[in-house]
Amino acid sequence: MGKDEEKVGCGRPTGATVGEPSKGQEAPPQKREEAVMVTAKIGSKAPDFEAPAFVGGKFGRVKLSDHLGKWVVLCFYPGDFTFV
Amino acid sequence: MAAVAVKAKELEALGAEVMAVSVDSQFVHKIWQEEELSKMVEGGFPFAMVADSAGKIGQVYGCYDEIAGVNTRGRFIIDPDGVIQAIEILTPPVGRNVDELIRQLQAFQLVRRTGGAEAAPSGWRPGKPTLKPGPELVGKVWKQWKVESGF
Repeated sequence: MGKDEEKVGCGRPTGATVGEPSKGQEAPPQKREEAVMVTAKIGSKAPDFEAPAFVGGKFGRVKLSDHLGKWVVLCFYPGDFTFV
Repeated sequence: MAAVAVKAKELEALGAEVMAVSVDSQFVHKIWQEEELSKMVEGGFPFAMVADSAGKIGQVYGCYDEIAGVNTRGRFIIDPDGVIQAIEILTPPVGRNVDELIRQLQAFQLVRRTGGAEAAPSGWRPGKPTLKPGPELVGKVWKQWKVESGF
């Protein structure tokens, strides 16, 4: 986990997948439906990603592959301040 | 997420790290933590709150809803080799069951610990009988495992 505090700018940074080269990057832009490729599959390697995060009271970055050797539970949810 | 926070000690005892991912920025995560989560649970949500503002992570994990522009409730158990062992994805109005997450983690850890020599049958919890898959078990599960123990 990126314990080092990250400088915060005015932008709204986002996370992105890393590693696995996506053919889409070199190929000409594809149709939107085709660009989205679900790669998360049970029994397969979890797609790696790196993203800004709020962790331990600080702004930092997390990279999934930094946590190899540990059990990780990835929980997606619709949004902060939602009701369920 | 508050329900996950309540069980943080149990999850940590299992050596599990949680990452919560939504399309909110890390700034919104901070305020949600400070203004709400920390008032529901002492210490708030103690794990990483990840900003997937463009939904790119949710897309590759199959839980990004492009129409709503949010991630649905996807839950993935990833083992120490980085392999996905369990997936559960719910539409937004229904929340997850954190006890079931813990049960599955315990079951996958059992399988890993025994190198696959033991398997966790339906409804298994620590202390309940496991099954040892092998030629002698074929057709004989009924002798070793009673349906009542599935509940």
